[in-house]
Amino acid sequence: MPTITYIEHDGTAHTVEVAEGFSVMEGAINNTVPGIDADCGGACACATCHVYVDPAWQHLTGTQSEAEASMISFANAVEPNSRLSCQIKVTAELDGLVVRMPAGQH
Amino acid sequence: MPEPGIIIAGAGHAGGAAAAALRQFGWKGAITVIGNEPIPPYQRPPLSKAWLTGDATAESLALRPERFYTQQTITLRLSTTIAAIDRAARAIRLADGQTLPYTTLILALGARARRLPLPGFDLPGVLELRTAADADRLKATIGPGRRIAIIGGGYIGLEAAASSRALGAEAVVLEREPRLLARVASPPLSEFFAAAHRAHGVIIHTDAQVTGLVGQNGTERGRVAGVQLADGTILPCHAALVGVGAIPNDEIAAAAGLRCENGVVVDEHARTEDPAIFAIGDLTNRPLALYGRRGRLESVPNALEQARQAAAAITGRPPPAAEVPWFWSDQYDIKLQIAGLPHDVARLVVRGDPSTGSFAVFHLDADRRVQCVESVNTPAEFMAGRLMILKRRPVDAAALADLSSNMKDLAA
Ligand SMILES: Cc1cc2nc3c(=O)[nH]c(=O)nc-3n(C[C@H](O)[C@H](O)[C@H](O)COP(=O)(O)OP(=O)(O)OC[C@H]3O[C@@H](n4cnc5c(N)ncnc54)[C@H](O)[C@@H]3O)c2cc1C
Ligand code: FES
Repeated sequence: MPTITYIEHDGTAHTVEVAEGFSVMEGAINNTVPGIDADCGGACACATCHVYVDPAWQHLTGTQSEAEASMISFANAVEPNSRLSCQIKVTAELDGLVVRMPAGQH
Repeated sequence: MPEPGIIIAGAGHAGGAAAAALRQFGWKGAITVIGNEPIPPYQRPPLSKAWLTGDATAESLALRPERFYTQQTITLRLSTTIAAIDRAARAIRLADGQTLPYTTLILALGARARRLPLPGFDLPGVLELRTAADADRLKATIGPGRRIAIIGGGYIGLEAAASSRALGAEAVVLEREPRLLARVASPPLSEFFAAAHRAHGVIIHTDAQVTGLVGQNGTERGRVAGVQLADGTILPCHAALVGVGAIPNDEIAAAAGLRCENGVVVDEHARTEDPAIFAIGDLTNRPLALYGRRGRLESVPNALEQARQAAAAITGRPPPAAEVPWFWSDQYDIKLQIAGLPHDVARLVVRGDPSTGSFAVFHLDADRRVQCVESVNTPAEFMAGRLMILKRRPVDAAALADLSSNMKDLAA
């Protein structure tokens, strides 16, 4: 199973296994990793699942849809590697993925 | 003797979120979540959407995985009905007679589907959609060659219609009002959704007065076979879904003497008039600070906001900042996001052309402040609208309607 490392804003790292087909957001919720709220449960409607994708992995996590890009542009502390984690599907290729969480989602 | 701890009555979206927020905010004492459904807290929005079409799994429906509750030492008591609150004794009574003491009680009993007092309402095949069990019953009846009559053109009914079409079933929507979504959407949005559903083959009857449901051969027996309208027409169907709103499960609170007016009355910390009792979610009649009034909301963001308010008050944290109420709905490839509430609206400003499938309707008050925005496939308008609603500053209606003006600049 692919392994994903989620790093909280204070530096605490959580490395967990996430089955292919789940989203990076679901990987955090299902493994009780704190730092991602996901208020809308993955409907790309809330922007409370914001993460920063480690630059080494950006080319494998796909590109933002137009809707995701619009939502993110209004989030707090946006960086070029900002993504909505509910919009990144976990694949075998993403084994080892590292994402960081912002200070808060609200 | 140790304190009895926190009891959360109702294991739905709000109850599950409150338990998680309490632990997140550092509450170390006991937490017991009690609910009458057989499964741990789950998300209802997919019930009319991805769950119905088979695109969601039980795992993705769950609010949290089951081990979350063990890891966080949260006791879940499922399939357990709460019968009463004894405020003097600070205890709740379960349907089986057992009593459980609490230090603090959080009521999160939600709402239930409104029933129609009509003949034939209890025939087999007449369904409602509130729980996962309801959704499974509905799912079992829809498929190619089947026709489902949907009584009520609100969000749940329309989402169910879209999902029925996706599964190859015929869908007929019967709405009593002259337009769909009459109580909850602006006329341009109603028109847009009516056109979109018709384009997907949904049959829509507005001004339709349903007078009863009939069984096989027009009798009041057997499985439902048709919906009867006021003009005597019987519309044949294989199943009927009734989606005519929800009513709060506030009877237990009212019987315990807590003030209830279309929901349990709470303050901005989700506290009832009893300092030991909070109430959150669809169950509550809450202050709507931005609108200078009170109301009962039925949405996930509302349940989550009040869960955080209660958890903050209980753990002595500063209250979270007031949020703009919001809601979303997914039908076909249409993503609707609504921010704010359409109170005191003096005019509507439509940004974009509805016939393109993406547009937004801004609701302005007499002072040209944005009260609400309905956004269809326009997430930037939704996000900017939320900021504008919070800021309460007059806006330039002409600029708002002009697609060449940037939403970020308008919200700045
Ligand atoms: C089909 C559907 C689609 C929806 N779609 C959306 C959407 O797209 N976006 C959105 O924002 N919102 C949506 N909603 C609304 C959202 O799901 C609700 O606002 C939310 O579930 C409210 O949470 P709650 O905890 O207050 O109530 P609930 O989730 O209903 O939980 C209350 C729980 O308490 C239990 N209970 C009641 N009485 C007792 C008792 N006496 N003893 C024990 N347990 C009891 C109930 O069985 C239930 O499990 C939808 C709702 C439905 C039904
Ligand atoms: S969970 Fe809401 S946008 Fe990702």
